[in-house]
Amino acid sequence: MTNADLLYSDVETDLRASVRDLLTDRCEPASLLARAESDEPYDRALWQTLAGELGAAGLAVPEELGGQGASLREVALVLEELGRSVAPVPFLGSAVLATSALLSCDTASTEVSDLLRRLASGEATGALAVPLSTMTDAAFPGDVTAAADGTLSGTVRSVADGTAADVFVVPATGPGGHGLYAVDAAAADVSAPVSFDLTRPIADVTFQGAAATRLAGPDHAPAAVSGALRTGAGLLASEQLGLAQWCLDETVEYLKGRYQFGRPVGSFQALKHRLADLWLELVGARAAARYAADTLARRDADAPVAVAVAQSYCAQTAVHAAEECIQLHGGIGMTWEHPAHLYLKRAKASQVAFGAPGRHRAVLGDLVDLPA
Amino acid sequence: MTTSEKSLDADGLRARVADVLASHDPATADRLEFLRARFDAGLAWVHFPVGLGGLDAPRELQSVVDAEFAAAGAPDNNPRRIGIGLGMAAPTILKFGSEELKKRLLRPLWTGEEVWCQLFSEPGAGSDLAALATRAVPDGGDWIVNGQKVWTSSAHTAQWAILVTRTDPDVPKHRGMTYFVLDMTQPGVEVRPLRQITGEAEFNEVFLTDVRIPDAQRLGEVGAGWQVAQTTLMNERVAIGGNAQPREGGMVGKVAETWRERPELRTPELRDRLLALWAEAEAFRLAGSRLRQQLAVGQPGPEGSGMKLAFATVAQKLASLELEILDEDALRYDDWSMRRPELVDFTGREAGYRYLRSKGNSIEGGTSEVLRNIIAERVLGLPSEPRTDKDVAWKDLPR
Repeated sequence: MTNADLLYSDVETDLRASVRDLLTDRCEPASLLARAESDEPYDRALWQTLAGELGAAGLAVPEELGGQGASLREVALVLEELGRSVAPVPFLGSAVLATSALLSCDTASTEVSDLLRRLASGEATGALAVPLSTMTDAAFPGDVTAAADGTLSGTVRSVADGTAADVFVVPATGPGGHGLYAVDAAAADVSAPVSFDLTRPIADVTFQGAAATRLAGPDHAPAAVSGALRTGAGLLASEQLGLAQWCLDETVEYLKGRYQFGRPVGSFQALKHRLADLWLELVGARAAARYAADTLARRDADAPVAVAVAQSYCAQTAVHAAEECIQLHGGIGMTWEHPAHLYLKRAKASQVAFGAPGRHRAVLGDLVDLPA
Repeated sequence: MTTSEKSLDADGLRARVADVLASHDPATADRLEFLRARFDAGLAWVHFPVGLGGLDAPRELQSVVDAEFAAAGAPDNNPRRIGIGLGMAAPTILKFGSEELKKRLLRPLWTGEEVWCQLFSEPGAGSDLAALATRAVPDGGDWIVNGQKVWTSSAHTAQWAILVTRTDPDVPKHRGMTYFVLDMTQPGVEVRPLRQITGEAEFNEVFLTDVRIPDAQRLGEVGAGWQVAQTTLMNERVAIGGNAQPREGGMVGKVAETWRERPELRTPELRDRLLALWAEAEAFRLAGSRLRQQLAVGQPGPEGSGMKLAFATVAQKLASLELEILDEDALRYDDWSMRRPELVDFTGREAGYRYLRSKGNSIEGGTSEVLRNIIAERVLGLPSEPRTDKDVAWKDLPR
C-alpha cells in the first residue's frame, strides 16, 4: 500500500489523450446505435487502429514478445476511455483476458509466444472461453473436456467478445488434468445470442472434437485462468469508472441547458445534491480502480483485496451513474435514440461480469478476516 | 556553524532540532520550557516567519522536524487539545493580525499555554453564517459586543476566541461584518455547557453582554469580517478529513473488531452490509491517499471538497450497522450522565455513543447539504439557486 501510485503519470495522460482523440473521431453515439442492430456489432476498423496503430492490444506485453512493454496501469487507462465511449471493440476479451492468460503460461514455448505476438500486434483477436460472469475465485471451468488425442469438446456460454475472436483460449480438462488450449474460431461453432449489452456482445461457443494446440498443462493452466479473471475484474473497474464519468459529465451538461419552471433544472438543489453524491462516488471509485490497477501491475500481495474492493465499489458506481443519467435526463433518457441506454446496458452487464458485487464482498470478507 | 547558517533543507532542520535537544534534554527539561525553546528555534511550524515559531521554510519539511522530536522522546504540544488554535486561529492571525498581535498570541497558542475557541455559529446563523447577529458597536478606541454564540468547543477552557460580529446592519450581510480576537476572561463573557444527544457537553453556548474589545484586537478591516472568516473556514475543512489513515482506521475498525469478537451475532445479511461499508471506507481511505499524492506533486484536485462529506456518510452508516450487529446489547447505553470531555473521540466509548456522536459529523464544520451545494456549484459548475438575500440590507432580512 505504501508504494501504491494512485495518480496518472504524464505518459498515461498522453496515452489517454491519444485514445480519446481516436474515439471522439470514430465512435460517436449515432454510429454506435446503428452498429448495435447491424450484422457487424464490432467496429473492426476502429479495433485495427486501436490495437495495431496505437499498440493498445499489447500494452502490457513485454517488448520481446511483440508488445509495448508498458504495464496493466496503461491497460486500465485505455479501459477508462473505452468505458467512456462504450466502444464496440473486443479489448476486454482479447487484450485483457486472453492476453493475461497467455502471459501466465510459459512464454518460452513457441505456441504461447507466437499467439501472444499475434494478439499483441492486433493481427489476431482472442477471447478467453469462459462465461463473462465467471467469479474470480471460481473453480477451474468444467465446460470443455480434452480428449486423449488433444481435441476439445463442450459448450461455453456467454463468452465476452467471442463473436469477434479469431482464436479462443480455452480452459479444458482431460486425461492429463487441467490445461489451456488454443482453438481457431473456424474450428468452433460460434453463435450470437441476443446480448443484453449491445456494445460488448456475448457468444455461445461449442467445440465438437475441435483441433486444439495445448498452451499450458496442469502446472500453469489453473493459475493462468484465475489470474486472467482477477486481472479482468480489477481492470474492469477502470472501464466502469470511465463509463460513470461519461454519465456524470453528460448529465451535468444536460441539466445546465435544460430549462423548466423558468430556470435551468440543474439549479434545483434536489438534483444538484444527487449529482454531488454521484461525483463523490466517482472520487471513491477512481481511487479504488487506480489502486487495483497499480497493485495488479506490481503483482503486489494486496492485489486480491484491491480487486475485491474495486469490484464491490466500482460496479455499483457505474450502474448508479447510468441509472441517474437516464432518470435525470427525463423522457429523452428513456428513448432508443439517446445513447444513455447503451451505457446502462454496459454498466448492468459489467456489474455481473466476473461475479456480482455481493460475491466479491464474500471473497473480501475472507481476505480481510471478516468471516461468515 | 551557527544556527543561522544552517540550510533550510531536511538536513539543516535536523541540525537545528539537534541544537534544541542538546540545550534542552527532553528527559529532564520542563515541558513548557522545552516547547518554548522549540518555538523560539523556529521549529514549531517551519513555514511560519522567523520570530513567530518558523523559519520561512517549505511546509512539507514540518514532518521531518516532528519525526526528529518524536524520535527523541520530546514532549509535544498535544495538538488535538489545541486544534482550533493551531488549525484555525493561527493561520488567520498570521494573515490578518498586527505585528503586536502575532508576537503576543502565537507563541502561547502553539505551546498550548493559551487555549483558543471559535465564536462563529449563532442560534440564528448556522449554514448561513453571514446572517450572524452578534453586534459590535464602536466606543472610543474599543468595541462593545452583545450577542449569543453556540456550538463552541473548548470555550470553558479557552483564554482566547476568534469572533465574527455584525458592525454594520445597514448593508447586505456579507459586507457588514468585522473579525476580532477576544479575551475570554473579559467581564461579560458567560460560558454555559450545551448538552448533546450523547448526554455529554463537548460544546458550549457563549453569551456576550457588553463585552469590551480594544480595536487593536481587530483582524482585517472594519466590514471585512467575511473575507477574514473565509481564511479560518478553509483551514477548518483542510483539518477535517485530511489525515492519513491506516486500513481499518476510524469507525470501520471498531465495527470490524466487534464482528471478529462476537461470532454468535453474525448473519449473512449483516456480513454483506458490513463488507459493502468496509469497501466504501477503503475506497475513500484510498481517495484520501490519492488527494495527498496530488498535493505532494503540486496538483491539488477538487476531491478535497468531498472528503468530509464522504467521511460523515460512511461513519454514520457504520455506526448504525454496529448497533444492529450488537442485537440485544444495542438496547443499553454506557452512561448518559453529563460530562465535559476535554477531547472528543468520534470512535471512543461504546457503540451507542459512536452512533449518536456520528450524527454530528454531517452537521459540524459545514453540513453535508452545504457541502453538496459547494461540490455541485464549484466542482460541477451547476447554477446556484436564485438568491433573494444578496442585495438586501442585513437588518431587512426575513428572520
